[in-house]
Amino acid sequence: MEMSLDLLGNAVVSGVLLGGFYAAVTIGVSISFGMLDIVNIAHPAFIILGSYIAYIANTTLGMDPILASVIALPAFYLLGAAVYQVYYVAFERRGEEALRGLAFFFGLLFITEVTLVLVFGVDYRLVDAPYIGPSLHIGPVDLPLRLLVPCLVGLIMIGGLQLFMSYTFLGRAILAVAQDQLALRLMAANPTRIKRIAFALSIATTSLAGAVLIVIQPVEPSIGRDYIGRVFAICVLGGMGSFAGTLVAAMALGIVESLTSTFYGPSWSPAVAFGFLLVTLAVRPAGIFGR
Amino acid sequence: MSGTKFVLALLIAAGVVFGAALLVGNSYVFFAGYVVLQYIALATAWNILGGYTGYVNFGTAAFFALGAYTTVVLHKLTTLPLPIMMPIGGIVSGIIGLGTGYLTLRLRGAFFSIATLALAVVVQTLITNWDFVGGSRGAYIVRPPTTPLLGIDYIQYLCLVMLALVVIVLATARAIERSRLGYGLATIRDDELAAEASGVPTLRLKLVATTMSGAFMGMAGAPLPYYVTYLDPTSGFNLAYAVNGVAMPLVGGTSSWFGPVIGAILLGTLQQVVTVTISSAVNLLIVGLVLVAFVIVAPNGILGLLRLQGRRS
Repeated sequence: MEMSLDLLGNAVVSGVLLGGFYAAVTIGVSISFGMLDIVNIAHPAFIILGSYIAYIANTTLGMDPILASVIALPAFYLLGAAVYQVYYVAFERRGEEALRGLAFFFGLLFITEVTLVLVFGVDYRLVDAPYIGPSLHIGPVDLPLRLLVPCLVGLIMIGGLQLFMSYTFLGRAILAVAQDQLALRLMAANPTRIKRIAFALSIATTSLAGAVLIVIQPVEPSIGRDYIGRVFAICVLGGMGSFAGTLVAAMALGIVESLTSTFYGPSWSPAVAFGFLLVTLAVRPAGIFGR
Repeated sequence: MSGTKFVLALLIAAGVVFGAALLVGNSYVFFAGYVVLQYIALATAWNILGGYTGYVNFGTAAFFALGAYTTVVLHKLTTLPLPIMMPIGGIVSGIIGLGTGYLTLRLRGAFFSIATLALAVVVQTLITNWDFVGGSRGAYIVRPPTTPLLGIDYIQYLCLVMLALVVIVLATARAIERSRLGYGLATIRDDELAAEASGVPTLRLKLVATTMSGAFMGMAGAPLPYYVTYLDPTSGFNLAYAVNGVAMPLVGGTSSWFGPVIGAILLGTLQQVVTVTISSAVNLLIVGLVLVAFVIVAPNGILGLLRLQGRRS
């Protein structure tokens, strides 16, 4: 019995760590889908792109993958701004975001994935860093650093974005554009510009999220699809635009997945995320903290 | 043209296509033709929900593979002929469509789309973990030694079966367009709130469309195990089905039954050529680029372009 209690404790702890990582992966969707109502299903593809950039910097320059992703942040920000500009001109302004906007992002997801396959092949790629391998031990509980570091990165991202949203003019304007675009225009702020900045921020987060993803597990182009169910389940369960809700929902999914893979086997964990999503949509579409 | 005349015209067209393929006498024509026909069925099935109602299904691969794996199960347990297996595969996929729709169609359309994306991942996980149908190793299917029809070999028989399905799907899609159901679906696409307020039973209509669409996708997938003779999850759930299911109707034009047919024939043929001459990864990249280009530049597809041309001249 003592053994299985240890097992349970370890599963919960690694679930919490996994949850911090899931928060890092989801935070961008909480901005784009939760606040701006842009259904960016290509988000996981941008994350995989971030993983490959960290991989290139790590293997060719010997750079730390997370440091590399911080350097790549501005490039991802610009990429996000460009994608939003196309989306706005071609779909949002014409009021056609529902069917064709979705197909547009689906096409982007697809193009990114296939391009990565053509360039890098379908082999799993991994990175090298001092925190991959060793673990901290606190009593019977293991804290693998390759999970702890991504969790910390996720917490720092959420904390930083929360501060930005609460205390800067731009951050408050983003929160406002999510609530009432007309009122924002009456305050002489341009909603399109604010939305472009917010969407660019959401894509910028994928650079960091991609780096921590390749720290946690080897990456190949198609694994992004495993994350679609996860990120949207977390975003919805967290009450769409709420960062605190995102963190709580991410931890909840992390723990459930970790328990499932400990007691039933890791090949079942993608199904857990989907069950999570369906139950959320059916029972509580407003999320835990929704009104 | 009345419904009966339309079906007759379709049957004649199908007969001409099959006769011409027999005249060519090269069995590659049937191998390639089967794939294009399968895409016509898939694209038209997608359009029943996506084009007429405006709800985007990204899980074409899941519904298609469910039909294929139903055939694998039936093949192992029974000796039913293929034309009986197809409706059974259709029923299985239709039920999954109904269930997914029931849970998510009361919410905004985006949620349904996300759920179908995730559905594809989960059904694949379930099949990969299910040893009876071969799990991740895949399943071998031995084709029956003879076909029920004399004088044609098995690949020709599969083509004929798929041609029959295409006739059924196209006739159904066109009938829906001109029925009360079709008008109801169109009101949902144009303004769901107004439709609801005018007393259109939107949820029920959406569920009917989702179930029919899913069922036809399953039927299109049912003959696949006999076509490939070896089916594993990676090929059954190939992303090509998901992206083509969306790209073909949008490229052809979603407003009428003819749009998906144009899209499927053009993109399907293009992919056959590119797969043979360049590589199969490049052909998926082309489909993705064509899809993005069309939704940005020609939002109403080829049909929309033709109509624009007609108005100018």
